[in-house]
Amino acid sequence: MSFALDILTIVAVSAGAFFFLAGTVGLLRFPDTLTRLHALTKADNLGLGLVVLGLLPQAGSLRHGLKLVGIWLLALLAGATVSQLIARAARQSGSAR
Amino acid sequence: MTVATILEMVLAAVVLALGVWTIAARETFAATVGYVAYGLLVPLIWVRLDAVDVALTEAAIGGGLGGVLLLGAAARLRPSEPATAAETPGKIVRLSAAGASVMIAAALAAAVLLLPDPAPTLAPAAVANASATGLANPVTNVLMAFRAMDTMLEKVVLLLAIVGVWSLASDRAWGGRPGPRHQAGPHGVLVFLARLLPPVGIVVGIYILWTGANHPGGAFQGGSILAAMWLLVIMAGLTDTPAVGGRWLRLVLIAGPGVFLIVGLGGLCFGPAFLAYPLPPHAKPLILIIEVAMVSTIAVTLGLLLAGAPERSDQG
Repeated sequence: MSFALDILTIVAVSAGAFFFLAGTVGLLRFPDTLTRLHALTKADNLGLGLVVLGLLPQAGSLRHGLKLVGIWLLALLAGATVSQLIARAARQSGSAR
Repeated sequence: MTVATILEMVLAAVVLALGVWTIAARETFAATVGYVAYGLLVPLIWVRLDAVDVALTEAAIGGGLGGVLLLGAAARLRPSEPATAAETPGKIVRLSAAGASVMIAAALAAAVLLLPDPAPTLAPAAVANASATGLANPVTNVLMAFRAMDTMLEKVVLLLAIVGVWSLASDRAWGGRPGPRHQAGPHGVLVFLARLLPPVGIVVGIYILWTGANHPGGAFQGGSILAAMWLLVIMAGLTDTPAVGGRWLRLVLIAGPGVFLIVGLGGLCFGPAFLAYPLPPHAKPLILIIEVAMVSTIAVTLGLLLAGAPERSDQG
């Protein structure tokens, strides 16, 4: 059982790291503000979500697991709000084409 | 070499590079962004050094509130920046600045490298005397009991900082409200966040204050989270900044150092020395009272530091 959980951890955290890598490459390579934001939110939402999912089996207790999920939810909320605000500012200043 | 060592080396290299970039960046805004990134990575180094209390403070102040303060300053300086950048100082000034920097860096390096090995430490003594206060977190013990004087003076420094910011106000605006009145659409994203996040943030802030007795956390970390929640509500336009002439506001601003001073004088009157706490069953409640007063002062002070000098009359 613990072996299977370790495999889950390795697979999920690696997938999360891949999303962070892809998000960073997108942030650096995409042509304008809106597509860059799109790449960045993938890293935040999916990347961090997969890392948290992978860490859940290693959390030890329900309390620690809930804290990890709480961190992910807060990051989701902050990421979604901030990217909306940045996108709006970019549209108003005319830099998003 | 383990994976952890490689991670630490990469982390140290990135932090050093960010430090150099922050100094070398030409634009104030770019330098500020570099500094914020630096302030978010340094906490990871503190965590690797097992100094979680310091990491929490550094993340809240260095990366969070300090970053916002500098971003605000950079935005204000932007119109005058080309003029400032055009005036290059003379060769002698630049050479002496470089010389002074190299000497300071060399002195710091010598101080660190010439430390005896193992470095002198009071950590075992602090841990051994933890029972004197009834708190299990050695950092809180040092801050609130063994070196309580420093912490009290730190709160006085916060007070002086807010006096310094307020003294930039024009005579007409004195006693008024700091900063512009923020307006946001009532159904906008920012207002949504400002209604959703503060209940969570206030609980987390108070939890971090409370858990500071036995685990990493404390008044400064909790206070900065509370300040951030307050600022979020102000920025979303749900509430206004308080008028700096208000009596209650002034009372909260001096509550932290004031209560600390009263407890300290109590130690002088009823105990052996200034800031001497009574024996264990009574020490912890007293420390908690100081911490609660301090967290209110810290939250309000940090919020007002970011809000800036009063700009509008009370009615405006």
